[in-house]
Amino acid sequence: MSELTNGSQSRRAFLSGAALAAVSAAAASCNHLKDPFSTQAAALDVTPTGEKVKLLSVDGEVIEVDRAFLKPVPHLPSVTNAEARVGIPGKKFVMVIDLARCKNLKRCQAACDHMHHIQDGQNWIKVQKMQESAHTAPYWQPTTCMHCDEPPCVKVCPVDATFKRQDGIVLIDSDRCIGCRFCMAACPYSTRVFNWNEPVLPKEIAKQPYCAETSVPQKKGTVGKCDFCPDMTRRGELPHCVSACPNGVFFFGDLNEDSVTNGAETFRFSDLMRDKAGYRLMEDLGTRPSVYYLPPVNRNFPIEAGEENDKG
Amino acid sequence: MERTIALREEQVIEDLLPRKFGKTGQLWVGVLSCICLVGLYAYYRQLRYGLGVTAMRDYVSWGLYISNFVFFVAISLVGSLITAILRLANVKWSTPLTRIAEMIAIAAIMFAALIIIVDMGRPERLLNVFAHGRIQSPIIWDVVVITTYFFISCLLLYLPLLPDIKILIDHQRTATRPFQRLYRFLGSFWKGNTGQVAISDRAINILCITIIPVAFGIHTVTSWLFATTFRPGWDSTNFGAYFISGAFLAGSGAVVVAMYVVRKAYGMDHYITDDHFDKMGKIVVLLALVYLYFNISEYLLPAFKMKEGEDAHLRELFSGDWALRFWATIFISMLLPMVILLFPKGRRPLPMFLVGIMVVIGAWFKRYIIVVPSMLHPFLPMHDVPLSYKSYFPSWEEWAIACGSLAGGMLVITLLIRIFPIVPIHETIEEMKAN
Repeated sequence: MSELTNGSQSRRAFLSGAALAAVSAAAASCNHLKDPFSTQAAALDVTPTGEKVKLLSVDGEVIEVDRAFLKPVPHLPSVTNAEARVGIPGKKFVMVIDLARCKNLKRCQAACDHMHHIQDGQNWIKVQKMQESAHTAPYWQPTTCMHCDEPPCVKVCPVDATFKRQDGIVLIDSDRCIGCRFCMAACPYSTRVFNWNEPVLPKEIAKQPYCAETSVPQKKGTVGKCDFCPDMTRRGELPHCVSACPNGVFFFGDLNEDSVTNGAETFRFSDLMRDKAGYRLMEDLGTRPSVYYLPPVNRNFPIEAGEENDKG
Repeated sequence: MERTIALREEQVIEDLLPRKFGKTGQLWVGVLSCICLVGLYAYYRQLRYGLGVTAMRDYVSWGLYISNFVFFVAISLVGSLITAILRLANVKWSTPLTRIAEMIAIAAIMFAALIIIVDMGRPERLLNVFAHGRIQSPIIWDVVVITTYFFISCLLLYLPLLPDIKILIDHQRTATRPFQRLYRFLGSFWKGNTGQVAISDRAINILCITIIPVAFGIHTVTSWLFATTFRPGWDSTNFGAYFISGAFLAGSGAVVVAMYVVRKAYGMDHYITDDHFDKMGKIVVLLALVYLYFNISEYLLPAFKMKEGEDAHLRELFSGDWALRFWATIFISMLLPMVILLFPKGRRPLPMFLVGIMVVIGAWFKRYIIVVPSMLHPFLPMHDVPLSYKSYFPSWEEWAIACGSLAGGMLVITLLIRIFPIVPIHETIEEMKAN
């Protein structure tokens, strides 16, 4: 009996020893070839520099790692999808666009296109040459998403892919959008664009998980639009179009605080509306936009100054 | 007397049993299949490269597919018209037309649902509609009402078919033998005793009553897909009635075409008679008048006021780029059929057939004219977009897919005709006995 047990034990010991040897041999062969800390170990061929860096491990121990093995942590969405859907508590974001200052420079558009990796031919911000009637003066009118309080796009979305947050921002969940384009038909401001083809994006952008607050990366067969840059506002910074405009056309702020700023100047929102007769586009449709316009009185630039940038 | 009826009964069954395709039939099925295959290849390209292979862009983001969808929904309405409304009105002459109307309805509603999936940018996320569906979206209303209509239409085809299936099982011929298992699966429980007949009659009556509000619902909701948006040309309270009247006209046009083709192909002159064409002709005139009335209120009233927004849209239709198509559609699908059908000679089979084709083609173009020009006239100017965004003409992929879906619909109708008797055998015999 004891012999039998002994025999089986020794066999087990032999087998486990062999397995261990095999694993350690495999590990050893990996060790001098590949980076053990990388998920794409096969793709990397790191030669140690010899310079060690002290790090705090997840267990709270101080460990040393060769500098060559350090790499930046992959970009993760700053907020979860659930958080992005709720919005920033206590805020009600508004934008004011002063038409007297716009020269159709299109810096707002360029900054927006760049930061959101918008595809060729699509613009979330459009600058239109407007004229109320034949005998009135023309002016440049930048349009963004109006982030309406009664958004027609949100009403018609069958899957809740476009939604309105408590801070007044209307966003899109590209992971849920079915691409029916009903929101595009419903939007009277024509602010929505569609990714008709696979978006051309840098690899590291394309492989990021979609974040509703940055609207990056855009995905094939889904809808995109201006998002008021909620990722910037969460950090207490201004949207890209606001800070990119050298003429201070765009003001951004919080209705609850009653203040808007373009970075250089800050105004009471209610004062601006009262003193400069602010208005919203197509008020009669009942969409109640969050973007307010100041009329193009005493224009800083003649309309011709912007003609050369007008792409039509 | 008894003997002659029995003899004639055998003759009727002989005449009306499904038949094998002749040379023309095979050619017809072959051509339709080829068109479908080209459509499938185009759809594969669309799936692979994205909706960019279509000519749709940010402004005209609904194009050929959506107008095709509206067309299919319109055609499908005829099932309820011919079957339910005429049946409830106790009109007996329509019996030979009921089944063909139901077959057209089912085929059309199937492809209406399919073409919507084709139009989606992310068809693989179709289940989101059920997982995250929100009832305030008109698309969800459409999903609900289309599904309901599809099932009621299937039942309205199936229940009156049961006595015929018994006949098909009893009379095994070469043409029906391949489908015997299907027939037995569908209807071997049907004995035709008084109890079963009573239940079936009651069920058919209930279905006929329920399908009318659902049919009105399906096309009203389709019109609301447009009317709930802020767009010149769609912002109309008239839209539901306008769409329904157009749908009845389009559907009866399709039935007239099918009647003629079936009658020619199967030599059914005794069952689908000149009298049927005459009566359908009168119905088409009536429906064309109703549709014309709604067209006038749809276009004349906004044109009288010419509000900003509507202005550009209406001018394009009446005298601009779309004028030729707009007026041609009005003439071909309403005015001309009316004139032709007012004369008894115009209500003979061949002119009726031509009128039917005019009505159906006109109906298709009408849908295109409802969808596309509105998209081309947004409230704010089209700006900061490439030139190709400012106009729209469908790409070959879109045409192929749209033609494929139309061919698919006709293929389904053709196959249903091949499998089931196109004129109800049992009801024909019953009516013959009653006379």
